Amino acid sequence: MKVRIDVTQASPIITPELVREHGLSEAEYGRIKQLLNREPSLVELGIFSVMWSEHCSYKSTRIHLKKLPTKATHVLQGPGENAGVIDIGDGDAAIFKMESHNHPSFIEPYQGAATGVGGIMRDVFTMGARPIAMMNALRFGEPTHPKTRHLVKGVVAGIGGYGNCMGVPTVGGEVNFHRSYNGNILVNAMCVGLARADNIFLSAAKGAGNPVVYIGSKTGRDGIHGATMASAEFDDASDEKRPTVQVGDPFTEKLLLEACLELMATDAIIAIQDMGAAGLTSSSAEMGDKGGSGIELDLDKVPQREENMTAYEMMLSESQERMLAVLKPGREAEAQAIFRKWELDFAVIGITTDTKRLVVKHKGQVVADMPITALSDEAPVYDRPYAERPPASGNPAFDAGKPLLESLVTIIASPDMCSRRWVWEQYDHSVMADTVQGPGGDAAVVRVHGSNKGLAITTDVSPRYCFADPYEGAKQAVAEAWRNISAVGAKPLAVTDNLNFGNPEKPDTMYQIVAGVNGIGEACRALDFPVISGNCSLYNETNGEGILPTPAIGAVGLMADVHRMAAIGFRREGDTLILIGRNHGHLGQSIYLREIEGREDGAAPPVHLTEEKRHGDFVRNLIEQGTADTVHDLSDGGLLVAVAEMAMAGGIGAELVAAPDATASIPFFFGEDQGRYLIAAAADTARRIADAAEKAGIPHALIGRTINRKLLSVAGAGEVTLERLSTAHENWFPDYMGGLEPPPVN
Amino acid sequence: MKSAVIVFPASNCDRDAATALKQLTGQTPHMVWHRDSELPQVDLVVLPGGFSYGDYLRCGAMASQSAIMRAIKAHADRGGAVLGICNGFQVLTEAHLLPGALMRNANLQFVCRPVALEVNETQSAFTRKYEHGQRVVFPVAHGDGNYFADDETLNRLEGEGRVALRYAPGQNPNGSARDIAGILNQKRNVLGLMPHPERVVDPLLGGTDGIKLFQGLLETLS
Repeated sequence: MKVRIDVTQASPIITPELVREHGLSEAEYGRIKQLLNREPSLVELGIFSVMWSEHCSYKSTRIHLKKLPTKATHVLQGPGENAGVIDIGDGDAAIFKMESHNHPSFIEPYQGAATGVGGIMRDVFTMGARPIAMMNALRFGEPTHPKTRHLVKGVVAGIGGYGNCMGVPTVGGEVNFHRSYNGNILVNAMCVGLARADNIFLSAAKGAGNPVVYIGSKTGRDGIHGATMASAEFDDASDEKRPTVQVGDPFTEKLLLEACLELMATDAIIAIQDMGAAGLTSSSAEMGDKGGSGIELDLDKVPQREENMTAYEMMLSESQERMLAVLKPGREAEAQAIFRKWELDFAVIGITTDTKRLVVKHKGQVVADMPITALSDEAPVYDRPYAERPPASGNPAFDAGKPLLESLVTIIASPDMCSRRWVWEQYDHSVMADTVQGPGGDAAVVRVHGSNKGLAITTDVSPRYCFADPYEGAKQAVAEAWRNISAVGAKPLAVTDNLNFGNPEKPDTMYQIVAGVNGIGEACRALDFPVISGNCSLYNETNGEGILPTPAIGAVGLMADVHRMAAIGFRREGDTLILIGRNHGHLGQSIYLREIEGREDGAAPPVHLTEEKRHGDFVRNLIEQGTADTVHDLSDGGLLVAVAEMAMAGGIGAELVAAPDATASIPFFFGEDQGRYLIAAAADTARRIADAAEKAGIPHALIGRTINRKLLSVAGAGEVTLERLSTAHENWFPDYMGGLEPPPVN
Repeated sequence: MKSAVIVFPASNCDRDAATALKQLTGQTPHMVWHRDSELPQVDLVVLPGGFSYGDYLRCGAMASQSAIMRAIKAHADRGGAVLGICNGFQVLTEAHLLPGALMRNANLQFVCRPVALEVNETQSAFTRKYEHGQRVVFPVAHGDGNYFADDETLNRLEGEGRVALRYAPGQNPNGSARDIAGILNQKRNVLGLMPHPERVVDPLLGGTDGIKLFQGLLETLS
């Protein structure tokens, strides 16, 4: 799709080609004419095109997303607002959401990623929260692809450039590489904020006759049709879309944050919403829609960065760092004084009405006049056909003779498993002085300022599982997020989902979406883990090649006392290692199979949600009681990788017993069965833990102990020094990024 | 000890500095807006970390022209203590309260990590509670911390015992000349440093090595 509209023409004839260029189907255009009872103006066509885009309307996913569980007593605000809100006690609320900025980041990695961070922060602080932590889930193409290094460098610098300036710590995330992302990288950013539960701001512009005010940066010509771009596949000419990528200004955003929080300390605001995708159009339409009111805008009053901007350009601009608010009448001067202090633009650009229409005036003329419901309730909803595909099955064969510890070294030095230090050292993860655990643990933990409470935060998904089995894979993503939060000792409270998929018009892809949403719903129900916000990014395809299905799950949990947080690093020599959970030796879709055998096959590991919950509740209780302080969940790479990570993090070695069945040593140590944790505890404590597990009927096994030598040994399989492990683990990323020669193309 | 924390547009460690000061001095510092032209009666002025004016010109260059800077210079001239952390250090060099400049990190990347430092000079209110040569670990978090000055200035700083903190051997995160992490002015009442002492005042958050810096100030200025 190419957007080549001559916007200088006052009222061009709406041709079928123009309609197509706006990403609207013939049927959709027919519906627009029906809703308006006439042909739309060009401005109206532009407004429909963004509001009915997949990005804004969720037209392919809406009927499926309705099936997700969204309620719980601690949920103060579920999906539908700028972000979700949960009650974390003592009058505090946590506000969070994860959102993608995939398409822009592929075209212009620095600005794409930076504005992704800025956008999600605005979603959170527009609700009255001070952002306190950022996470990001990144997927790049294979390391040998000629673009990958450039994209990694730009995205990481962009996330750091924006987040660091904002002074919000970036405390963790994920980085993966896979060839399916060669033409479509994924940049998913999550923001967690803190507010008072009785001071949450919503976007419903209730009431008529209230001033609509514009605050923040001036409007320019950047980002026009960003939402439409984000709703289309890429082709070889995608670089031509660079002008649709917005440019971020974190300095202005920081001022906007402080100014908004200052205004929010007064009671002048009726409603407020950030201008994200589709800028002025979506913010005004959504605020009117939620408030059941109408909105009249006078574009001549909009602060403009460039001369002679048309109404079309202003309504579709995605210039960053802007907010739209509805104030109580008479409070304009008070609000203006705050924005002046922070040297930001402030203008009254319209008024709420009782007509339920969006009316846009420019240079004395009405350039758009449409019922708001036509943009929201009447937006198309599709039940797209999908083709069910049986999940990958079978337990793949492997060479039982491969040396265990050599394989371990290979795995922990592989692109997906090596240390991400090169990435997260470019993010300020300790600003705000509340980061109890930054990157590198099972979940990040930030203290609630001025208290002993902490929020545990994680993002998780294993796209290879989702490709093999979209349903089980999505369940696994939720279960792993829940497990990571439990592993630090926090109670998992709620989820935000960022559903990244290919083209929903393809029945195979649509099946991945439907099964994925069902899997998330199933797991969230079983684990009492409601979905409170989220985002869909579809059409992640280039030249017809789609990405691995990637439903990223961001989650937040609460711990009463951060001093009791468990961490992964071994703390003492002579600790007993206790494995919690069943070990079936599931090698299908495992990291071992991919990195050592060069195969991506077999069934994804099944997730038994009742076991998951029992094991997690058991482990969390131990941590809360102060019984366990060293815990790691088992995930990618299985048991041996988990032990190696605990040893490297603590600088203390360990010796492990042999696998119970000598012929099944590899599945025992590298299998990726779910619902498992490894605990290290002093011998007497370990006995008490084992007794408690026995009583509770929780599968457990004593599998080794920490030792006073800096090495990792496995009975019958030799040993490897921690130094060799750490060097291999730490070196891959800096070596790769420091590579001067362009990598070979395969 | 009474203190003030200056708030420039896009300062972002102002709250962290205030929290540390409150915790370690028992008194809530004044938060002073950059447009103010007068300081309250204080013993210590802290220029906090952050990205004042977005670092869009040179880091600290715009902030050094703020109205409040004149009052800060007068405070320093009177012998009042001034502590510039990270962006605050950059502002102090731009304002010529300290010599030299902070350039882009040698590898052109932002870096956030705990770094081992050596206390090189204990003859100041800021460093008197440390032992000479003591190793401490403070986090750094900056993109422009590469200290530069001409050889004459560097020799003079060293000769006058004004290099308060150095990165420990092999730990220099940014290419700073002679591993310099923090310097004093001639009167030893102004300290600028890139690492963040205010982030290491709580064992829960990775260390307490920063506490002595504030204790030294408290003992001297109270």
